[in-house]
Amino acid sequence: MVCVKRVLDPQVKARVKADGSGVDLANAKMTMNPFCENALEEALRLREAGTADEIIVASVGGGKTEETLRHGLAMGADRAIQVVTEDALEPLAIAKVLKNIAEQEDVGLVLAGKQAIDDDSNQTAQMLSALLGWSLATFCSDIKFDGDKATVIREVDAGLETIEVKMPAVMSADLRLNEPRYVKLPDVMKAKRKPMDKIELDSLGLDTANRLTTLQVEEPEGRAAGVIVNSVSELVEKLRNEAKVI
Amino acid sequence: MGNLVIVEHDNNEVAAATLHAVTAAQQIGGDIDLLVAGESCGSVADAAAKIAGVNAVKVADDAKFGHHLAENLATLIVEVAPAYSHVLASATTFGKNVMPRAAALLDKAQISEIVEVKSPDTFVRPIYAGNALATVQSSDEIKMITVRTIKFEAAAAEGGSANVEAISGGVDAGLSSWVSQAVSNNDQVDLTSAKIVVSGGRGMQSGDNFGMLHSVADKLGAAVGASRAAVDSGFVPNEFQVGQTGKVIAPDLYIAVGISGAIQHLAGMKESKVIVAINNDSEAPIFQVADYGLVADLFEAVPELDAAL
Ligand SMILES: Cc1cc2nc3c(=O)[nH]c(=O)nc-3n(C[C@H](O)[C@H](O)[C@H](O)COP(=O)(O)OP(=O)(O)OC[C@H]3O[C@@H](n4cnc5c(N)ncnc54)[C@H](O)[C@@H]3O)c2cc1C
Ligand SMILES: Cc1cc2nc3c(=O)[nH]c(=O)nc-3n(C[C@H](O)[C@H](O)[C@H](O)COP(=O)(O)OP(=O)(O)OC[C@H]3O[C@@H](n4cnc5c(N)ncnc54)[C@H](O)[C@@H]3O)c2cc1C
Repeated sequence: MVCVKRVLDPQVKARVKADGSGVDLANAKMTMNPFCENALEEALRLREAGTADEIIVASVGGGKTEETLRHGLAMGADRAIQVVTEDALEPLAIAKVLKNIAEQEDVGLVLAGKQAIDDDSNQTAQMLSALLGWSLATFCSDIKFDGDKATVIREVDAGLETIEVKMPAVMSADLRLNEPRYVKLPDVMKAKRKPMDKIELDSLGLDTANRLTTLQVEEPEGRAAGVIVNSVSELVEKLRNEAKVI
Repeated sequence: MGNLVIVEHDNNEVAAATLHAVTAAQQIGGDIDLLVAGESCGSVADAAAKIAGVNAVKVADDAKFGHHLAENLATLIVEVAPAYSHVLASATTFGKNVMPRAAALLDKAQISEIVEVKSPDTFVRPIYAGNALATVQSSDEIKMITVRTIKFEAAAAEGGSANVEAISGGVDAGLSSWVSQAVSNNDQVDLTSAKIVVSGGRGMQSGDNFGMLHSVADKLGAAVGASRAAVDSGFVPNEFQVGQTGKVIAPDLYIAVGISGAIQHLAGMKESKVIVAINNDSEAPIFQVADYGLVADLFEAVPELDAAL
């Protein structure tokens, strides 16, 4: 199972709403979270290598989440599950929902993005692994399976860490894990005929109440415009005498 | 109820990032205890006890915590946390890995990468690569928090004399094991705490050309950083990456060389005190955040800068 999220396109600058209630997403260009594309690409390669039999893309979200799942199907997933809610759930609630789906579907591996580029929480995979009681491998840039184990290279602050995890596991993808494939038009057509299940969040009977209340969303202070210097010597002079940083 | 700060360390030394998390705990208020989990980590516990403002240090010295595997460490945090109102860790790959696992086991939300403490239950955190700041209020009785280090000064590493108490607990989940760690650059100045950083992007064209930046950096006592494009192209290893998905830094001086200034890169460096951009494209977005911009070919400007220093 690959967990995918619909987010604001990374090339678009987020605009805060005037009333401070959040980020304005009306009419904004949305895409699949880039890290989720890496997670899905890895799953596709596993299926191509004969390690995985079937790939489910799952997403928790409202109305247009279906578009993101269709993109996942066009990339090559076999079927999709949308847990439908218009509420903005927190990662803990999303992890509870995804646990429910992973158990119902009896999956052997969950791949997720390491972070969603909108909320930047970097939590969901870790929480899901905890709730399932499974092994956890975050920030993966290389994954090799060997029977009931996997060897994973993780991007950590100090460099690269290699760990071995027992399956089943939850893994979160870093951008250097792979290069996600482009979707071709015939794939988009094919995706329209692939199965898409919709499950109402309420029907799962889970406690998905939010623990955080967003009081305000504001824009950070901008930087004042600087100056263009004409030469390296002018730059060095300014850094020494004006900014006094060297 | 008080604060528990999870100490990040390598079984020898306390990581600098932890000192910033201690300051966040000070701003929340109440007692501050530290949790040191590791293997043969006595020197870490001793150093932790000297951090100013710390009440007690709890030490779980056990092989199962030797490599800070999230599955094992989370079980210990879950046992210790209920005595506290706030559990904090730095928002480094260490904190990001283990804290959500512990939070979920406690059925608590995590408040990621706080940049400001408004009150004991209200915090500010960046979203959308720092293009928006959300003020969030938590209703959980234990608040699980990771701390963006650049927004909190480091607590004094000396001056405290906390009690050190050995504890046992946690389980060996038997789910994962550590194999190895590749650290490619040991003599480099630490990127996250450097006062000056010289960063290179795709414009550098090759890993060899980064030698020019290392030479400038050596003269300035600076660390070398990079854009994602430079890392993806294999010029430098991943730990050099600055940005939304790399390191978030705020040195006194950041010199961006051959970097265009994408939103995701700015997310990691725009809080620097002084930003310099060297780029041959006067339209590059990096100039919009630079205090000093130099429109020039880096292959001429960088050697000239090196000579001028
Ligand atoms: C309509 C709407 C409005 C929102 N408004 C706000 C707001 O005003 N303020 C605010 O702070 N946040 C808001 N959010 C964001 C929401 O609270 C977060 O998306 C949620 O908490 C998950 O956090 P994250 O995506 O940062 O998780 P992360 O832990 O960063 O995500 C990591 C990975 O988890 C998986 N994942 C995450 N979410 C899902 C999902 N829904 N379905 C499947 N897989 C998933 C993906 O693989 C993803 O790559 C809103 C969301 C929605 C849908
Ligand atoms: C989800 C996501 C996360 C990301 N996370 C990060 C991140 O954490 N960090 C990050 O950096 N990026 C990140 N990126 C990538 C980011 O969007 C940009 O692609 C990247 O920062 C570009 O790197 P660059 O500026 O080195 O390359 P380019 O954008 O290609 O810019 C190269 C610059 O060099 C200049 N140049 C070329 N030759 C010379 C010369 N001879 N002299 C002077 N100047 C020259 C050019 O004018 C140009 O401005 C992320 C992207 C996504 C989608």
